Amino acid sequence: MTEIFGIPIQALMGQLMLGLVSGSFYAMLSLGLAVIFGMLNIINFAHGALYMMGAFLAWMGLEYLGIGYWPSLALAPLAVGVFGVVIERSMLQWLYKLDHLYGLLLTFGLALVIEGLFTNMYGVSGQPYTIPEELSGAFNLGFMFLPKYRAWVIVASLAVCFLTWFVIEKTRLGAYLRAATENPKLTQAFGINVPLMVMLTYGFGAALAGFAGVLAAPAIQVSSLMGSNLIIVVFAVVVIGGMGSILGSILTGLGLGVIEGLTKVFYPEASSTVVFIIMAIVLMIRPAGLFGKEK
Amino acid sequence: MMQAVEYLRIRDLHAFYGESHILHGMDLVVNSGECVSLLGRNGAGRTTTLRAILGLTGSRTGSIMVNGHETITMATHRIAQLGIGYCPEERGIYASLSCEENLLMPPQLSSGGMSLDEIYQMFPNLYERRQSQGTRLSGGEQQMLAMARILRSGARLLLLDEVSEGLAPVIVQKLGEIIRHLKEKGFTIVLVEQNFRFAAPLADRMYIVEHGRIAEEISQGEIGAKKELLQEYLGV
Repeated sequence: MTEIFGIPIQALMGQLMLGLVSGSFYAMLSLGLAVIFGMLNIINFAHGALYMMGAFLAWMGLEYLGIGYWPSLALAPLAVGVFGVVIERSMLQWLYKLDHLYGLLLTFGLALVIEGLFTNMYGVSGQPYTIPEELSGAFNLGFMFLPKYRAWVIVASLAVCFLTWFVIEKTRLGAYLRAATENPKLTQAFGINVPLMVMLTYGFGAALAGFAGVLAAPAIQVSSLMGSNLIIVVFAVVVIGGMGSILGSILTGLGLGVIEGLTKVFYPEASSTVVFIIMAIVLMIRPAGLFGKEK
Repeated sequence: MMQAVEYLRIRDLHAFYGESHILHGMDLVVNSGECVSLLGRNGAGRTTTLRAILGLTGSRTGSIMVNGHETITMATHRIAQLGIGYCPEERGIYASLSCEENLLMPPQLSSGGMSLDEIYQMFPNLYERRQSQGTRLSGGEQQMLAMARILRSGARLLLLDEVSEGLAPVIVQKLGEIIRHLKEKGFTIVLVEQNFRFAAPLADRMYIVEHGRIAEEISQGEIGAKKELLQEYLGV
């Protein structure tokens, strides 16, 4: 049996894999937060609730309508995205000119309402969601067994993150988005419908959270509290990465997932606090975050 | 001589920033193909007039006709889509976009805009710096970029705000040549200027703006005769 620093390599690899899986979720969620913050200037506290909604919609689709995992992977994010658009048009759009605090309070309130509704309907105990047949089982890599579903989560989230980064940094639409983020008034004065872009950006951020929720459904139990459990760590990730940086939020998300996983191996007592310790250190050295720009 | 066609007509325009009342009944007309300069002291309301045309101020009342369309209640992007190119005083170069991305950013409003090749011919410096981050360019290059990027979109009315401000004389001279060239190409131009000597040879007509309204209108032929009046208003 091979060992590294006295730890069996299988345990090490297993935790590394788990770390990458949670890092994938951190990356997707902090990416959505970064995109929304850049464009809307709003700290979206409802992000965890939107993630939970995605998971619940997938579960409800299967339970009541017989909609399987693959269609849900497209339909649930779409529904959450439309929900986001409704929220933006009906409430958020009135807050852009005000202090960040108002957006934060509103979205925090929304998160409580959404979570309350689902808790009321389904309680707080988790609902199981079966892994689709194609993704059950594991690959034998020789030095470890890799569950297929975990591999799929990592691949799917990396693909979605890469696609988002590519669209924002490398395309014409992304140039409009970056321009509108930097100087919305002037960008509108060039004839671009900035209010429409803002609306769709929030819808996209919400859909991204919903997508992460569907991915999470078979991996963990679907419960009304799954969002609020995760979102606190995700906010720490955003603080470490720097608000508003696309690539920064992806890399920080993955990196911190891995660090968390490794801490579970080497010093399990600190595994749930390590992210916050890193956050404190980063705040002391680089207050704008690792990838953030100092103002 | 051809009948003058009104491209922009502003009537009794009042504009506000929050509580403060900046424009007090602006009236002005710009004909198609004309270059009209708005002169005046700092704070007279020239920049606000340009911003009000695009709906970038607070509330506005009165009438602004652009190419036959009443725009006073339109959203900013709808007004711009009527064919207006805006070069703001602060230049507004995007730091998150490269020089070429800045140039390509304004979307096509109508056909008849200049091609990228034509623009690079007119501004060879921008071709050399096309990969650089927009805000890494020198002040003069940024001003060139701010003007160049509104020529591609097919806008026919150019609103240029203080383009000569803070630039070296040789660059100011180059900008003057470019504006003359744009006039020949048939662009309609509103030139907000502090620098009378820069604006005087370019403008077909000038409006003196004071206290948020037009104080005086001077045509190119009257400049010599009204020297003293100009001196009084502008201190030149």
